[in-house]
Amino acid sequence: MQFVLEKRTERSNTIALVSPLIAIGLTIVTMSILFAILGKNPVAALGVYFIDPLTDSYSLQEIAVKATPLVMIAIGLSLCYLANAWNIGAEGQFLIGAVAGSWIAVKTQGTDAGHWVLPAMLAAGAAAGALYALIPAICKTRFGASEILTSLMLVYVADLFLDYLVRGPWRDPAGFNFPTTAEFDPVATVPVLIAGGRLHLGAIIALIVVAAATVLLGRTIKGFEIRVVGAAPRAARFGGFNSDQLILLTFAISGALAGLAGIIEVAGPVGHLQPGISPGYGFTAIIVAFLGRLNPIGILIAGLFLALTFIGGEQAQIAMKIPLDVTKVFQGLLLFYVLACDSLILYRFRLIFASRQVSRGAG
Amino acid sequence: MELAEAIILSVLAASTPLLIAATGELVTERSGVLNLGVEGMMIVGAACGFGGAWLSGSVFIGALCGVVAGTLLSLIFAMMTLGLAVNQVASGLALTILGIGLSGLIGAGFVGERINPAVHLHIPGLTDIPLVGRILFGEDAFVYLSLALVVGVWWFLYRTRAGLILRACGDNHTSAHALGYSVLRIRMYAVMFGGACAGLAGAYLPLAYTPFFIPGMTAGRGWIALALTVFASWRPGRLVIGAYLFGAVTILQLHAQGAGIGIPSQFMSSLPYLATVIVLVALSRARTGGSTAPAALGTVFVPDR
Repeated sequence: MQFVLEKRTERSNTIALVSPLIAIGLTIVTMSILFAILGKNPVAALGVYFIDPLTDSYSLQEIAVKATPLVMIAIGLSLCYLANAWNIGAEGQFLIGAVAGSWIAVKTQGTDAGHWVLPAMLAAGAAAGALYALIPAICKTRFGASEILTSLMLVYVADLFLDYLVRGPWRDPAGFNFPTTAEFDPVATVPVLIAGGRLHLGAIIALIVVAAATVLLGRTIKGFEIRVVGAAPRAARFGGFNSDQLILLTFAISGALAGLAGIIEVAGPVGHLQPGISPGYGFTAIIVAFLGRLNPIGILIAGLFLALTFIGGEQAQIAMKIPLDVTKVFQGLLLFYVLACDSLILYRFRLIFASRQVSRGAG
Repeated sequence: MELAEAIILSVLAASTPLLIAATGELVTERSGVLNLGVEGMMIVGAACGFGGAWLSGSVFIGALCGVVAGTLLSLIFAMMTLGLAVNQVASGLALTILGIGLSGLIGAGFVGERINPAVHLHIPGLTDIPLVGRILFGEDAFVYLSLALVVGVWWFLYRTRAGLILRACGDNHTSAHALGYSVLRIRMYAVMFGGACAGLAGAYLPLAYTPFFIPGMTAGRGWIALALTVFASWRPGRLVIGAYLFGAVTILQLHAQGAGIGIPSQFMSSLPYLATVIVLVALSRARTGGSTAPAALGTVFVPDR
């Protein structure tokens, strides 16, 4: 008996639609086994994870709050991945965006600066994120250095830089020595949509980003170029598309979106700059991008789903003492299953029972 | 002089996990597979290695647990990229994310515990030679093992028929397949070897480097090991130089922090990462004439029958 892959003559569109669902199903089955191993009732645990957060308005808002950075970062990453450029340092671009925007908030603190502060912060965050992402992109296009490794190394650098700022020059003098800046002024804060709620303007910005990406990919030449360079590099060369330029462009866009997500997170739900502002949004967004099939609408849905796992994970920790790391295991498994199911779009699995003659190459 | 000896000893200790992990990844990449999950396999190796040693009281059993854990994880990766022809970059990232979660889960019970670290060699007379004695004859088993591993891999790749076949798979899988070699099986063994080495490298950290486990203790060493294979142009000998250079950067920045030279510690801590970026750029630039990477690195192979 042998297991082989057979290339389909054309990609299966049915499977393209259902493969994320199969992947989620398989992940949930695996998680049930894991819960049982941990000595928890799988049905109760899954209920706390996936159903409970959907039943009260606080959690629903919180899901949208968590989905906001995930969707924004994943949209940018999907452009990179479509163009076959591997930006995996979105976490660093997120942090640098947060730092750059916070710089304006810290410098204007306590002054009578007007309503220009927040827009300036958002612009600074996006610009810094884009510039930070351009470092690995330029290293790639100018010198041929692997963008995977350089973009990832810069995550650690960004993390340490933020740590230095909030423990050193930007530390709140009245903050009891905690590593944090002072709370941002109201003009430097992202406004909430419903008074007293948690949902903020960032959610609207994320929706605009999704719409813009849909137009870019579906209705513009640039979007077409991005898809061709990734899917058929040879055809793209014959078509005269400049792949280096597209690497720079997609890295800049994804860096800008990650930076924007970073400053929105700091000026919105967090309210000040401190270490640990991201529970790994930049890495989780990679999963969101793939689960959403690198498609803007798909990413929106996938972002909400992964945000649900963050909230569910927190609730499961409180209610059932399930460790938070289970959420990471869940996310890693999900990515594996998504990729495995995607293989079905291009290939058919075959089990061959007849033994076949194997001729070994002559010594 | 005492200080120089201490520095060299700590450089060797800091370089050893990098060297072990990079040697494994080098074999994997030479067979044409890019496994970006080194960090994930290392961190699970660290958790399982510490757990094994803590429960059994034996560093050797701990190291064995690390090796087994790394190999098992690499098998998942092999199943994905070789069995299902999935993109290697994305699968490697998935392996790292999964590994970080798993290590937190496995290691949760061991945080705050301590073990007796791996013993150092002591040969009366030889180890007591001033200056060089402890450096040459007073290391722990991992240090010697890492060097033996490099020599073994060099011998395998360049002096055996199997090594030649493995390199052929990495350079042109279609030709290797046409000659009748089972490309996927050879690559699977190479991936497993990489996983075993990454697991061992991870286990080294809580078993010999620091005698306790903390979540996230690999701190990007798996990624630096990946960069080292590029640094070494996929040659085992140069891997030694690369690993010791990176170990030296890590240790020197620690000593500089300790000496209090007035530069914020965070800047010093970011040096190994910045050094990686600079080295990657400098080396890639020097090689614009032609790449030394295995030609089929990172490409999917589906045998047609």
